[in-house]
Amino acid sequence: MASSRNIIALKSILHKEIHRFMRIWVQTLVPPAITISLYFVIFGSLIGSRIGEMGGFDYMSFIVPGLIMMSVITNSYSNVASSFFSAKWQRNVEEMLVAPVPNWVIVAGYVGGGMARGMLVGSIVTLVSMFFVDIQIHNMWVIITTVALTSATFALGGLINAIFAGSFDDISIIPTFILTPLTYLGGVFYSISLLPDFWQGVSQINPIVYMVSAFRYGFLGISDVSLALSFSVLGVLIVSLYTIAMVLITKGIGLRS
Amino acid sequence: MHSALKISGLKKTYKGGFQALKGIDLTVKQGDFFALLGPNGAGKSTTIGIIMSLVNKTAGKVVVFGHDIDQELETAKSFIGVVPQEFNFNQFESLMKILVNQAGYYGVERKLAVQRAEKYLKKLDLWDKRNDSARMLSGGMKRRLMIARALMHEPQMLILDEPTAGVDIELRRSMWEFLRELNQQGITIILTTHYLEEAEMLCRNIAIIDSGIIVENTDMKSLLAKLDVETFVFDLKPNSVPTALADFSSRVIDDHTLEVDVKKNQTINAVFIDLNKQGIEVLSMRNKSNRLEELFVGLVGSGQAASESAVKE
Repeated sequence: MASSRNIIALKSILHKEIHRFMRIWVQTLVPPAITISLYFVIFGSLIGSRIGEMGGFDYMSFIVPGLIMMSVITNSYSNVASSFFSAKWQRNVEEMLVAPVPNWVIVAGYVGGGMARGMLVGSIVTLVSMFFVDIQIHNMWVIITTVALTSATFALGGLINAIFAGSFDDISIIPTFILTPLTYLGGVFYSISLLPDFWQGVSQINPIVYMVSAFRYGFLGISDVSLALSFSVLGVLIVSLYTIAMVLITKGIGLRS
Repeated sequence: MHSALKISGLKKTYKGGFQALKGIDLTVKQGDFFALLGPNGAGKSTTIGIIMSLVNKTAGKVVVFGHDIDQELETAKSFIGVVPQEFNFNQFESLMKILVNQAGYYGVERKLAVQRAEKYLKKLDLWDKRNDSARMLSGGMKRRLMIARALMHEPQMLILDEPTAGVDIELRRSMWEFLRELNQQGITIILTTHYLEEAEMLCRNIAIIDSGIIVENTDMKSLLAKLDVETFVFDLKPNSVPTALADFSSRVIDDHTLEVDVKKNQTINAVFIDLNKQGIEVLSMRNKSNRLEELFVGLVGSGQAASESAVKE
């Protein structure tokens, strides 16, 4: 009885979340397609042709996985951060809090919504990429697993950000000052192996390096770090962030007085 | 049979030290129409917030239809529908989506949820607006939407936190009618309101809360029976106001209005007999103020005093 109720509640949150970003598709789905096109024109065609090969592939092919991953990260994070904070701000989060919805269902529903947007945007960006480069696939399962785990990680991050946020400014601080620098320094545009030893060591504390590396392996069959290590880092991140999110929601931080 | 709601020793101290509830006890029977009255800041919304798990309690126990919220929170929640004081729905969603999603949170299948949404939207005269976004609704419509939303899982207890605030008289009366209908169907209703007339007309039992303590908890008839004096306003034929009434304290307001204080052991008939003897014709008569209001003012004053003396102790 309780389990079927929870499944219906989870489906309701997911439905609401997916409907939300589909309803405002001009704001949520179109910009990543435009941004990625600009990246391809500038970094791929204009500058990339002068760079030559990287990791045994032409520069455009090399950056495709990183660019897709960048869109997945940004969209899964911002979807949950803005949706959950907006629900807090309008107080309609109370609709869930007063209902017999377990906290794990609330977390799973919002994270599922973030993953759905991250993966949909990832698919759109992949389709756009096909206009610029011949995409090859080395291992589809690695691609799907990496994109699912990465979007889950950043959806959880967005949820935690929204729980703590007290204003709309608070949900843009982390993407601007932490997420964007980490993404740009996460091996999207270059191979970590090109860096001096010291910076290679520093890069290893950047979790995005592991995600981009695993994702690139799925497409091109090359990676900066081993697949097992990448998935382990993702697994640890998901478990840690999920635990934090559950503790925060259970204690009612930012939600209950 | 379990009580619909049993609260014991409920306390709430907010961060910063403000003690909103100082240990309240309250029991609401199944099928009751119960009023929780109190001035602003008395602790009504905090009490409701704790029942709905929107506010963390500091101490005490809350049991809903036999289910302790500390042990069986989700089961307890499934019995309750709540209409909060502030609008708390997504202003950008359509009415239909708000209702169907809310039903989903309670485990109601989508197909059934759509049927129920149609039923309550029609009942509350919102059906024509079903596909509009909620922000397009008037204040009264938004209140009705929140009532419909609270009913989507067909709860056994409905808690309404000032549901008719800012609603015009005609709409307020139709909402009263609807709430009576729900209560007749067996739904326990707990109402907080500023309109004392509303509480007197609808509710069978009442608790008055002031400064975080319950200052009165009884049935409406017993409470009103405590009223020692009632003031009636007589509208008389112009220029026929008496100078005085034999057994009553009275005041002449103008050349056709007389106020008379009638004690508990006196009858209004005696007033009419006296006026009749003086050849004065009465055109109409009404209560000067709502009876409950007079009691409320007295009780709230005493609650404040009790609270202050408790603090001194």
